[in-house]
Amino acid sequence: MVSLVLLLTLTFGMIHFVPGDPVRSALGLTAPAQLVKQRRAQLGLDKPLWQQYADYVDRAVHGDFGTSITSGEPITEIVRTRLPTTLRLAGLAFLAAVLIGVPLGVLSAALTRDGRRRYGELAFTTATGAFASIPGFLLAVAFIYLFAVKWRFFPVAGESGPKSYVLPIAALAIGPAAALARIVRVEGLKVLDEDYIRTARGKRLPARLIYLRHALPNMLTATLTISGLLLGGLIAGTVLIETIFAWTGLGSTLVNSVTAKDYPSVQAVALIFGAFILLINFVVDMLLAVINPQSTISDQ
Amino acid sequence: MTGRRFVRWPDLFRSPVGVVAALMVAAILVLALIAPPIWGHVASKIDVAAASQGSTAAHPLGTDVLGRDILHRTLVATRLSVFLAVLASLLGAGVGIPIGVLPALVGRRLGRLITSAISLAVAFPTLLLAIFVASIVGLGARGAVIGIAAAVAPYFARLSQTLAASVAGADYIAAARVLGIGRWRLTVRHVLPNVAEPLLLTLMLTMGDALLALAGLSLLGVGVQPPSYDWGGMLTEGLLRIYVTPIVVVGPAVAIIFAALGFNLLGESLARRAARRDGTLPRHVSSPVVLPPEQHERLAELEDERHGKVLDLRGLTVAFPGGSVPVRDVSITVEPGEIVGIVGESGSGKSLTAMAIAELLPARAQSTSERRLLFGGDLSLLGKTGRRRLLGRSLAIVYQDPMASLNPALNVGRQLGEVAEVHEGLSRREARKRSVERLRSVRIGSPERRVRNYPHELSGGMRQRVMIAMGLMGTPQLIIADEPTTALDVTVQQQILKLLDDAGTSTGAAAILISHDIAVVSQLCRRVLVMYAGRVVEELDVPTLVRRPAHPYTAALLASVPTMDSDRERPLVSIPGRAVGPFDHSPGCPFAPRCPAASDRCRSELPVLRPLESGHHVACWHPNSVIPQSGPPGDGESVREDALA
Repeated sequence: MVSLVLLLTLTFGMIHFVPGDPVRSALGLTAPAQLVKQRRAQLGLDKPLWQQYADYVDRAVHGDFGTSITSGEPITEIVRTRLPTTLRLAGLAFLAAVLIGVPLGVLSAALTRDGRRRYGELAFTTATGAFASIPGFLLAVAFIYLFAVKWRFFPVAGESGPKSYVLPIAALAIGPAAALARIVRVEGLKVLDEDYIRTARGKRLPARLIYLRHALPNMLTATLTISGLLLGGLIAGTVLIETIFAWTGLGSTLVNSVTAKDYPSVQAVALIFGAFILLINFVVDMLLAVINPQSTISDQ
Repeated sequence: MTGRRFVRWPDLFRSPVGVVAALMVAAILVLALIAPPIWGHVASKIDVAAASQGSTAAHPLGTDVLGRDILHRTLVATRLSVFLAVLASLLGAGVGIPIGVLPALVGRRLGRLITSAISLAVAFPTLLLAIFVASIVGLGARGAVIGIAAAVAPYFARLSQTLAASVAGADYIAAARVLGIGRWRLTVRHVLPNVAEPLLLTLMLTMGDALLALAGLSLLGVGVQPPSYDWGGMLTEGLLRIYVTPIVVVGPAVAIIFAALGFNLLGESLARRAARRDGTLPRHVSSPVVLPPEQHERLAELEDERHGKVLDLRGLTVAFPGGSVPVRDVSITVEPGEIVGIVGESGSGKSLTAMAIAELLPARAQSTSERRLLFGGDLSLLGKTGRRRLLGRSLAIVYQDPMASLNPALNVGRQLGEVAEVHEGLSRREARKRSVERLRSVRIGSPERRVRNYPHELSGGMRQRVMIAMGLMGTPQLIIADEPTTALDVTVQQQILKLLDDAGTSTGAAAILISHDIAVVSQLCRRVLVMYAGRVVEELDVPTLVRRPAHPYTAALLASVPTMDSDRERPLVSIPGRAVGPFDHSPGCPFAPRCPAASDRCRSELPVLRPLESGHHVACWHPNSVIPQSGPPGDGESVREDALA
């Protein structure tokens, strides 16, 4: 709750931190004074500060983000058409990262437990380490070159049909999947070393039950926390990936608004992304409280 | 002040990754220094005739739209790319660290506000934060640097906050506070030096991230603007032409990965070194296992009574890679209904012996034995499933730490019930019914409610009852209790021991009770094995143990038990010296270095377990040479018997 108020205040304040007159700098020096005045009035920048803030919060709560300085279009409309693209991209990439990262991590923990298979362990850490530290936008460039330009398996850019999703999602998901696999493995090794896993072995349960019922739930706490962070990072990643693959999502909107100095649009995107990240944190906290009987909901 | 020092650099060069990372970073720094003066003018020489070329002999990585050589531009761009990244990281650290220390200095309410602002900023992805800030400050290099600094500052703030909080609780800070040292001086003189190392490591890791973020910003057109150029900007230009001349993206892309990887690897290997210094043990070098040569004097008395024994184990040896042999030539027999005790100091191999019996040794351990009959049969003849079912139903284990041994994520009913579900095919409902019954049998109040509890909702004694109930879910023939009362309150200990005794009596199960506490063992057992340095040094019944132990070690162990009549003016009796470790392979009796009766023979020749009289075996060249000394003279024995009874 505190975070939400902070977020609203900061995004509101953003436009006022801009040095000089934001409308003037957005429209350029040659814009007629009449247009500048009109846009100022449209944005409510001529009202007293406290009233602007009250209006801003009121409108934000009702899902109204004002109008774009440069085009004069309502921002809510822009968001409505472009948000789904971004959510689809981030959501699918997240799904892919979890579906690849978690099983990979569990498997490698199970196989390299107790210092067995040293070379397998080395291969795993090297490969995931490399993939986790190569940024998504470079992977995207490499993928475009290999799979779109050289071998022509997938389209170079654009959003048209399932095939066009493969490269962006792969570029976005591989890094987080590798990072997740590493963390799950370390967490898995820790859990498999616990006394209660020995107890489960002592009960002579089949391996399936030992891993799924006894080990996995105890690995979820860390995995979920990290997944939440990764999902936030994925949303940020869409900004680059959408730009590289020329998708019209919220991320590319952000970039265009920033270069065009369309401050109200930047403000709106900041607010929406921020709200999503707070939502993710909240959901993670709730899930943690559900799966882990010992933790309580934290006040953040 | 503590004696913590900065990362020792020579340490770093012992790991190949560290060497490679250091070389990478050094190469980048040298390049950043020398590249612009050497290749600066070549890199900006416009040659329209050679514009937009792919790979040629003159331009191996192609040219840009104005015909400038990409290889040289990539090299020259090193300075700007690295400089901006370093600047952004330093700026971020410079802003973030003081903010993080702030909550410890200002009032509580303001401190809490700052803390929650930091949390919000940390949750926000770096790149987004950088873009927003850059959009306010303005496009270009300045905006990008400030944006990235603002984006990494929260991490430094969070780190310095946690570190300052952890240090603030330390004793020497409290001492400084008592001396009346002011808050600012306290922070500068006492807190910062102790948190400097982790902050430096973070700075190194941040530089790699900043480099990538900067490239990302330039790629988006928010960062460095022409005519200046960095790797990210070059990547953008190349990307527009990837269809025609893909080679032009290779230069900047490779440069970005190389630099980011260099900084990250260096930071990580520094962090790993630091962690290792903080007490993490180096890994054992894997080497072939050397089993100690053993000569057995086989005892006629022990021969061939195959049938009727619950456990008949001969010559058990457990070894780990690297030459550690913590269990050496141990033999145990357990008759039906009998409770056998194993006593010894920690590290004597008691628990590993138990785990070897239960087939629960870690995978690295190698165990060998001459004979291993459990429940009157050779388990290796059974199939995998049959063996699992038999062990799961007939062997119950009670561990030392009931909190760690119960799964925190599953409720009690689930953990009890699954034994019956898996091995006897009971339905979930039937299994729960049986769980309730068993919980009642270990005297847990309102068991119908308790089955829904999680382990953390139970007291220590209750948890150990649950562990015992878990062992009773099947039809146990043997209960192995490994230090079952060590982690419990003294008041609860007696109840748990009573419960174990009752469990044995009511089910007819035999038991092995392992403890370092001779008093605990002598309370429940008739027969006791004394272990020292992985070997059984004496096997005897409890009355003999209390009156006439033959092995000097047993005598010393007994003497260290305080009784009601121990002289409180005198220090508690302890055994001088330390036990030899599992790596020791010297000949002779392992107790010889600590033994008051040790002779030359003891130091050169290993004594084996030999019968002294019926039911009493001892591995000593000079049995009965040391009389236990404790309690008042004359009446000592009876007093000790009282204490142990």
